[in-house]
Amino acid sequence: MKLLRLKPGHGEVVLAEGDVEIPAQEAELIEAFRRELDAGMWAAVPTERRDGRREAELVKDFGEVPRDAERVIFFPRAAGGAPR
Amino acid sequence: MVLALGATAIVLAVLLWELSLPRVRALLASVVETRRSRRARAGEHAGHAQRMGYDPGRERRAEQRARALLRSCVNDEEWSMYRDLGFLRIAGRAPQGTPAAPYAYLIYPHRPIVAYLTDSGALLSEYCVAFPDHSRPYGSTRLPDADDVLAKWMALAADERRLIADANMHLPGRQLDPEQVRDDLVRLARWEHERLAADRDRVAAEGERVAAADERSAARRERLARAASARHAQTDGAWIARPARGAGSVPAQ
Repeated sequence: MKLLRLKPGHGEVVLAEGDVEIPAQEAELIEAFRRELDAGMWAAVPTERRDGRREAELVKDFGEVPRDAERVIFFPRAAGGAPR
Repeated sequence: MVLALGATAIVLAVLLWELSLPRVRALLASVVETRRSRRARAGEHAGHAQRMGYDPGRERRAEQRARALLRSCVNDEEWSMYRDLGFLRIAGRAPQGTPAAPYAYLIYPHRPIVAYLTDSGALLSEYCVAFPDHSRPYGSTRLPDADDVLAKWMALAADERRLIADANMHLPGRQLDPEQVRDDLVRLARWEHERLAADRDRVAAEGERVAAADERSAARRERLARAASARHAQTDGAWIARPARGAGSVPAQ
């Protein structure tokens, strides 16, 4: 599983990468996950349905991330606004 | 009479000037202050850019990365739509018991999300929403265009109500020109029609190719069958014509 973060001026960066079945790597993933959520990020897991339709799930806890998810994408929280 | 009126006018003008003077001063002061803060902010940004090192290709590379990520998250049709038209369409959440929602959204990079009725194309509203990264990793809070579209797409796909609740809603025309949006809907319809036609052509061409291959293999099978039957006929003829094995070599008793 990869934890990615969308960044201005860069595109995505890999925050952490590991196998959730290996406890030490899972702990690293959980730590990075919490750090991003504490920084005010939203976390989404891109998914694919059986009919091929692509979707995404917002997750608030590492436990909500499907075990077989390939990546979790963090992005800044939405704010209502209008560019000047 | 004229003199009196003139004197009154002068007195009135002086009085008005005296009354408005504090406001004029405040206005001038605020203009000066705004300019000063703008200059300071520009200096701060320039300093930040200098510290980070100026890189003219950074935004371009960021956008390329963002497009690759978007492509890997959405389906082929949605990716082609963004690549060809510059925006994405996403269907609204269907009410329970109905197969599809009567409305959809157009997602533009760094512009409001537009809701419209899919049947009539009537524009419903604009939802102004942004994903500012206040850590300003490279001096800006703005995500690359494709990342902004991806963030909107993920948030809408995952939790439409939450995103809409966080957005500032306006009537159509607040930021986006309604004519431009209608043009985009026309472009989208044309694009879908062309894509469908191309798909049909591709399927037809594939069918023709399969039919031609079938014909070729049928002809080949026929040729082989004919050749086999000819061989059989030859073999049978030879069998009949040829004396039995060893018949002539049997020694006379």
